[in-house]
Amino acid sequence: MDMVRAHVLCCGGTGCTSSGCEAIIKEMETQLAANGLEKEIKVIKTGCFGLCALGPVMIVYPEGCFYSRVQAEDVKEIVEEHLLKGRIVKRLLYKETIEEDKIKSLNEVDFYKKQKRIALRNCGVIDPENIDEYIAFDGYKALGKCLTELSPTDVIEEIKKSGLRGRGGGGFPTGLKWQFAAASQNEKKYVCCNADEGDPGAFMDRSILEGDPHAVIEAMAIAGYAIGADQGYVYIRAEYPIAVKRLQIAIDQAKEYGLLGKGIFGTDFNFDLEIRLGAGAFVCGEETALMTSIEGKRGEPRPRPPFPAVKGLWEKPTILNNVETYANIPQIINNGADWFGSMGTEKSKGTKVFALGGKINNTGLVEIPMGTTLREIVEEIGGGIPNGKKFKAAQTGGPSGGCIPAHLMDTPIDYDSLIAIGSMMGSGGLIVMDEDNCMVDIAKFFLEFTVDESCGKCTPCRIGTRRLLELLTKITEGKGTMEDIDKMEELCYSIKESSLCGLGQTAPNPVLSTLRYFRDEYEAHVRDKVCPAGVCKALSKYMIDPEKCKGCSLCARQCPVGAISGEVRSPFVIAQDKCIKCGACMSGCKFGAIYKK
Amino acid sequence: MVNLKINGIDVSVPEGYTVLQAAREAGIDIPTLCYLKDVSHTGSCRMCVVEIKGARALQAACVYPVAEGIEVLTHSARVKRARKATLELILSNHDRKCLTCVRNQNCELQALCDELGVEEIAYEGVRNEYEIDDLSPSIVRDNNKCVLCRRCVSVCKDVQTVGVIDTMERGFATKVGCAFDKPLAETACVNCGQCIAACPVGALREKDGTDLVWDAIEDEDKYVIVQTAPAVRAALGEEFGYPIGTPVTGKMAAALKRMGFDKAFDTDTGADLTIMEEGTELLDRLQNGGKLPLITSCSPGWIKFCEHNYPDFLDNLSSCKSPHQMFGAILKSYYAKKEGIDPKKMFVVSVMPCVAKKFESAREEMECDGLRDVDAVITTRELARMIKQSGIKFRELPDEEFDNPFERATGAGVIFGTTGGVTEAALRTLYELVEKKPLDKVEFAAVRGTEGIKEATVTLGGKDVRVAIAHGLGNARKLLDSIRSGEKNYEFIEIMACPGGCVTGGGQPICSAKTYMDIDVKAERAKALYTEDERLTIRKSHENPDVKKLYDEFLEKPGSHVSHELLHTHYKARPKY
Amino acid sequence: MKSLAELQEIRNRTLNNIIMRKEDGQGVRVVVGMATCGIAAGARPVMSAFVEELAKRNLSNVTVTQMGCIGACRLEPIVEIIAPNEEKVTYVKMTPEKAARVVAEHIVNKQVVTEYTIGAAE
Repeated sequence: MDMVRAHVLCCGGTGCTSSGCEAIIKEMETQLAANGLEKEIKVIKTGCFGLCALGPVMIVYPEGCFYSRVQAEDVKEIVEEHLLKGRIVKRLLYKETIEEDKIKSLNEVDFYKKQKRIALRNCGVIDPENIDEYIAFDGYKALGKCLTELSPTDVIEEIKKSGLRGRGGGGFPTGLKWQFAAASQNEKKYVCCNADEGDPGAFMDRSILEGDPHAVIEAMAIAGYAIGADQGYVYIRAEYPIAVKRLQIAIDQAKEYGLLGKGIFGTDFNFDLEIRLGAGAFVCGEETALMTSIEGKRGEPRPRPPFPAVKGLWEKPTILNNVETYANIPQIINNGADWFGSMGTEKSKGTKVFALGGKINNTGLVEIPMGTTLREIVEEIGGGIPNGKKFKAAQTGGPSGGCIPAHLMDTPIDYDSLIAIGSMMGSGGLIVMDEDNCMVDIAKFFLEFTVDESCGKCTPCRIGTRRLLELLTKITEGKGTMEDIDKMEELCYSIKESSLCGLGQTAPNPVLSTLRYFRDEYEAHVRDKVCPAGVCKALSKYMIDPEKCKGCSLCARQCPVGAISGEVRSPFVIAQDKCIKCGACMSGCKFGAIYKK
Repeated sequence: MVNLKINGIDVSVPEGYTVLQAAREAGIDIPTLCYLKDVSHTGSCRMCVVEIKGARALQAACVYPVAEGIEVLTHSARVKRARKATLELILSNHDRKCLTCVRNQNCELQALCDELGVEEIAYEGVRNEYEIDDLSPSIVRDNNKCVLCRRCVSVCKDVQTVGVIDTMERGFATKVGCAFDKPLAETACVNCGQCIAACPVGALREKDGTDLVWDAIEDEDKYVIVQTAPAVRAALGEEFGYPIGTPVTGKMAAALKRMGFDKAFDTDTGADLTIMEEGTELLDRLQNGGKLPLITSCSPGWIKFCEHNYPDFLDNLSSCKSPHQMFGAILKSYYAKKEGIDPKKMFVVSVMPCVAKKFESAREEMECDGLRDVDAVITTRELARMIKQSGIKFRELPDEEFDNPFERATGAGVIFGTTGGVTEAALRTLYELVEKKPLDKVEFAAVRGTEGIKEATVTLGGKDVRVAIAHGLGNARKLLDSIRSGEKNYEFIEIMACPGGCVTGGGQPICSAKTYMDIDVKAERAKALYTEDERLTIRKSHENPDVKKLYDEFLEKPGSHVSHELLHTHYKARPKY
Repeated sequence: MKSLAELQEIRNRTLNNIIMRKEDGQGVRVVVGMATCGIAAGARPVMSAFVEELAKRNLSNVTVTQMGCIGACRLEPIVEIIAPNEEKVTYVKMTPEKAARVVAEHIVNKQVVTEYTIGAAE
């Protein structure tokens, strides 16, 4: 056996794949071969490291050098200098890891320092396509422990004791859910995994499946053992090709090793797992719609009760947990409920993965203990707002959530605190907004999403969200009245109260929370016909300052609709009725003479 | 029993009840729209929302199962506000052309507006606009009126297992349609019209044939004969305020005569004729080793269903035309000759409880010597409209008889209109023909009732004849599958496309969802027919003097060459898609 | 998978290969000077020898890394053995043969090969 003296871990997550990691991995292999290093240095394609903003990223072990924004042409240098001669290529190192000419461990940089990686523990560390590596990092140990040492009731008690709550958004206690399903008498039961991650900008579940698919498989088998099910389904969106591929490889490997199938660990426990691809309907993330979709029908929710624990997939008792919830399970079994319960807040235990996005420096994936404040996430982990702009709000919970304003930045992030301030945990999207964002426009953005994704089954969601969007559009176009604001608020509440499923019941949240914290912005749109952030096109105007305009005519030539006219060397004028507010004139003007009002 | 509190009152109901049912038992009427007893329970329209103590959001009473100790508020301010808002939203996407709507004053949406006190159109906004699908000979779909309760989808897919309509698109663009947006006429739709019966509004209706009939009546050159099916008399009265299950045979005959038809006959005679032909066919198959089971062919919805879905059973179908087609053929041949009327000028109108009959009468096989058996089919509903248009005060009409000849139909013919009726009529005749002795008891209780599939065994000439009866195509499918798999075997099968048989056919007066909750409509209407049967002195088809005369003077004997020319037909396999 | 022992076996086998990625860093580090001077003096075959010897003995928890020039170019190839809680030992003028002995005596048996150390050379 050859000894490998160094490992080059390249992120092969979706984020880095789109920034070109495939070419880099290929180049790395070529360069290693050219230098005769292919036997002693191993290249491993891992899942997401989290720092997607810096992709493509690469870590070289044993030194633990974190190279960021690596380009194919940099690879030769890394191989010849670092891997061959041991001279670290400093210019490619993630700046935060360099301290007084020394390399800091990645765990000490701001981005990772406050994180606590449980669900993401193996992401970016192991080769997700190699079951042996998962096993080496204690994989399938928890399943073995459950099957040989614990009774199903013990397993459920342990999960209950840990305080783990559903990471898909609702926050229902996982152990309790399992207990209900275990109590349902039926010869056939199912374990399902919700990997139909659909919130705009959220990619926690994708990253886990791409980086550590076996954790989910192991957890589902444990769940199967706990509730008495022998069949599982992972419902995953077809738009996640890398995750689907790795999960399938992982399932195949687990089957080959007998970690799925019949008589696992020599016990009489059988468990099989299949993938079901979703066609990308957001509503299929709702549990009953998801099960309806697995059954091969139009993905629409159905009323509860009966709850899935009693009548779920094919009318059999079923549990459904999301990817991140499952990823915590083996750790809880291995390290104990007390260990898990030691993290987080009183009612929200453990950690939560967030996808950081929007106006923030370190966009990417973070896992933080529950109870971390929004300020810590934004300012420390996220590295603050780019270009010195001011934080205005953070949106959590995706289209079902709400906006958290600046004065609530010290709110600890946990299920109950977020609900209390009108947002929700959701699956973990966290979008940061700065002073350039119009909150009415943000509400409209999320509502457009739900209007588009409403399944159309129940009236309030099908028609109500549409009418809500129409009112909101009216306001952003400066045609709204103060009565419209009240009407909108009223409509929000009736949609929330009457809708059939969670999608409709939470669809008005983005509107309600912005109304709650940024009502003045709505009123400015209505009363003053002004969009304070200058986002709403109908309410903004491009003007030429005659003092500054030199009459160079560049703007007139750049205007796509011929709205600008004037005589050369005297100030130009924009015809407001023709202007489409594209902003081309302003970005082209060399004298800063054009401004937006 | 489960104990719960509704509006502070203690209620005790059996397990498995919904909150809606429990409330109704407690005398509380919760408004509904998408709910239709035995058909649709999707909880989707949200009209029936109630407050359940402890639940965060409002819950749909129509699907919420009662549980011990729950506390329900059915008419709190919060609930009323939510219901009204939901209704206002529906109205914002509805075309609101009530004045010209076929369902004006018999519309559940109108009723809800009244009940919930809607006084203004609260939300204006874009409305979906759709082309009307009127290419089917039987059914017109107008999605502009659709409220997406999906009752039609449930009845088509789950009850009838036809499944040619379903929801398409999503969100605000959601609509009910056929695969690939095809018109209904190009699908495997069997035209049963149960979707129309299920529709709370005017989004589904029959293809109107009244103008065609009025034109014929107006035309001096035409000799217009009307015939009415057995089930029509059991329901027509509902359109004039009679309680469900009131037979109005005499008043109907009187009305028809006053509307300008040249003659008004009873299709029951055609039914008696069908028994003679079909009974003979069965005996022949039994005695000569023909294809068994013999399956009845009087329900055109069933026939088309069989052609699309069970082509392997086409040889099992009786070759008999349905009663009104037989009767039409007899009118244009035997009767025309006898009365000296030019059959080309004869215009036969069938009043049927059925919209599939519109399709059936247009089938190319349904003619002889270039003469269409039947020229127009209208439904019970259309007849009611025509009576109203004629200014006839229906309730004040005297009871009159049908015209002579053919006024003496039998009780056997009358009960054709309900499930099991054809079988009972056939058994009455077959027994006496084979055993050559009168029946002690005319009624066959085993074949009566509203159970989905009924079975009986009768001994005829020392041989056991196993009989099965299915009504509703879902039940028909179950029955046929059990035969296909070899699990079951029968000699004779009666299938009616509509649940309940013709009394609850797609052309019958439309009952609201509330009515279905309180009354078993199919049983009540069937009762009207059985009462009529008991009232009649002649209750067996082979004893019908007009039919006897018809065979003596014209047809010779059942199954003769002439009857094959006029009274029998054939079928063809049709694709599923 | 019929037993926990089977799982444990896979775990142990794989752990050897990936130990360098574990953050706790409890292993022995073999650091080879691989600057120009080192390479010129023959550091490359020395490092290869370490890698081979370690692989042969299936030693887990030992990593081989490189470093740049530490200024004693005349003593190259230089190799440092750094074990937890022990003083760093620096071997000089290494050869592949010497490497095999260092692995056998120092890394396996915890006996420093004094004659190759920088102290002996000086």
